[in-house]
Amino acid sequence: MPYGFTTIYWRDMIRFVRFKTLLVSSLLQPALWLAFFGIAMSSSFDKLITGLPVVPGVHMIGYLTFMGAGIIAMTTLFTSLFGGIVILFDKNWGLMREILASPMNRNHIIFGIGLSGVTKSFIQAIIIMVFGILIGAAFFSGFTAVQTVVGVFGILAFVGMFALGFLFLSAAIAISMESPEGLQGVITLLTMPIFFASNALYPIDSFPAFLKILSVYNPMTLLITGIRYFAIGPDFIALGKHYQYTQSDILMAYFGLVVFATLTFGLAYWRFRKAVVT
Amino acid sequence: MPETQQKHGEIIISVENLEHSYKDFKAVDGISFSVKKGEIFSFLGPNGAGKSTAINILITLLAKQKGTASVAGFDVTRDPQKVRESIGIVFQDITLDRDMTVWEILEFHGRLYNMPFEQRRKRIEELLNLVELAAKRDERTKHLSGGMKRRLEIARGLMTRPKVLFLDEPTIGLDPQTRLRMWEYIKGVNSEGTTIFLTTHYMDEADQLSDRISIIDHGRIVISGKPWELKNTLGRDLIYLETNNNEAAVRFLKDLPSIRNMKVKSKGFVLMVNEDGSKVLPLIIDTLRNAGIEISTINLKKPSMDDVFVFYTGREIRDEGHAKTSFRRAGGR
Repeated sequence: MPYGFTTIYWRDMIRFVRFKTLLVSSLLQPALWLAFFGIAMSSSFDKLITGLPVVPGVHMIGYLTFMGAGIIAMTTLFTSLFGGIVILFDKNWGLMREILASPMNRNHIIFGIGLSGVTKSFIQAIIIMVFGILIGAAFFSGFTAVQTVVGVFGILAFVGMFALGFLFLSAAIAISMESPEGLQGVITLLTMPIFFASNALYPIDSFPAFLKILSVYNPMTLLITGIRYFAIGPDFIALGKHYQYTQSDILMAYFGLVVFATLTFGLAYWRFRKAVVT
Repeated sequence: MPETQQKHGEIIISVENLEHSYKDFKAVDGISFSVKKGEIFSFLGPNGAGKSTAINILITLLAKQKGTASVAGFDVTRDPQKVRESIGIVFQDITLDRDMTVWEILEFHGRLYNMPFEQRRKRIEELLNLVELAAKRDERTKHLSGGMKRRLEIARGLMTRPKVLFLDEPTIGLDPQTRLRMWEYIKGVNSEGTTIFLTTHYMDEADQLSDRISIIDHGRIVISGKPWELKNTLGRDLIYLETNNNEAAVRFLKDLPSIRNMKVKSKGFVLMVNEDGSKVLPLIIDTLRNAGIEISTINLKKPSMDDVFVFYTGREIRDEGHAKTSFRRAGGR
């Protein structure tokens, strides 16, 4: 049955559009982050960095543009880590029994949840990009039309792979847990280091060595690197730091995300094989 | 009964020496039984007797630990996929997504089982008419009454035209009138050829619906048979007596030829008689009067499924599970 995951996807999307408050808040929340945190931070940061040396010929970007990429990543992280919670609800309300007693392969549950999470993340990423540009983030500035299209697809490719990795992780945790409170605890515990040990809000170069190593291999950093490459360009200055990315940097970052998603899928696969829901 | 024989030929569920333990608690302790094609077969027992554990093994949700079990010709361990394709299930608790519509519930189920589009649409219409929910098709399930939810679940269980339909406590928490209607639906489904495996702790339900019953208690099958066979094992009639000296009364009566068995209760005792009870009564009264024993209460009745249950398990069925469930449902609404 090769299309079983579309059934899971269909149902999860029904729930997404049917819970109006959830729908509106999940679309509004990233925009609010950008509006309040972004504008507040950038107005003070941009003042601080005036007077820092400028490299001639290199495009200098404001803080809003810099952290806009971080907000896309953060939103994707939150949405994905919570994406598996539906599995826990289904389990606790007995709905998972119908699915597990059906002939459908259990991998399709994982893929279905993954696909619907990716869809939600795409919608959110696009909203942030559009809203960011509206309030003054210099995404795709100086790009040709073709470069912009490539940029958007590049960002979505990174967002999608990153989202899958964390959705699989979330599904693996959810199928193993008993209570939504426990799941919430674990997820909160995970989001902190993943978000702050990354280049979302500040450069990681001045981190102490230990934190720096963590940050370099953090999937969050890989994602943000990809987003900045496709939204801003391979060569820019932000917060007084000169960023330069080569194509192989970007390929390696993407490869890192693929490895991460493969590992978390393996974890989810194992947890779903083990799951007994009666 | 040639018609019954033809209907009940081939074996469709076969279980031998099935055992299942949770840590050191043996929930299922070596049960063996078989269900024939076209039958309504019931597991009758109190909550915690092991019914749900056994059903969970048969529907492949719980891994088998010991023994063998096959459904529709497929081994539950070796061929779980084939078993899943052959069965329909109505779970003990309501398992409907509150925010999906009646139609979506059935559509989702059909897609889970990989039914082709045309077949799915056609089957949904048939089933909505069968369970009289066609007018509710776009209603979310949280707005349905308890009986409607159960009917929808039965429709869902039938969506894929299963060979065997498993019903785990199908009328738990329903009002008496709705229960009667559920029984009609279940009989109707069965008459169209679907084999039904039912668990219940309601005596009347097992009695009214089943072709055959296995009484299950503490993880074991205590006795199996057709409802009338089970009742006949207690004799033709039951006579309940209370006297001023029960012990002596039992001693005097136990050698009467028509008395097959007796059972002492808290205030009196029950005689199981082989003949028409009304013919035996005068003899009993005479015997006790001659022995100088005074009778304070006397009662004659046909054996019921409750009597069968009490006789073979040694106790009345505990019904606190039912009360709890209906309380929870009522509170949840």
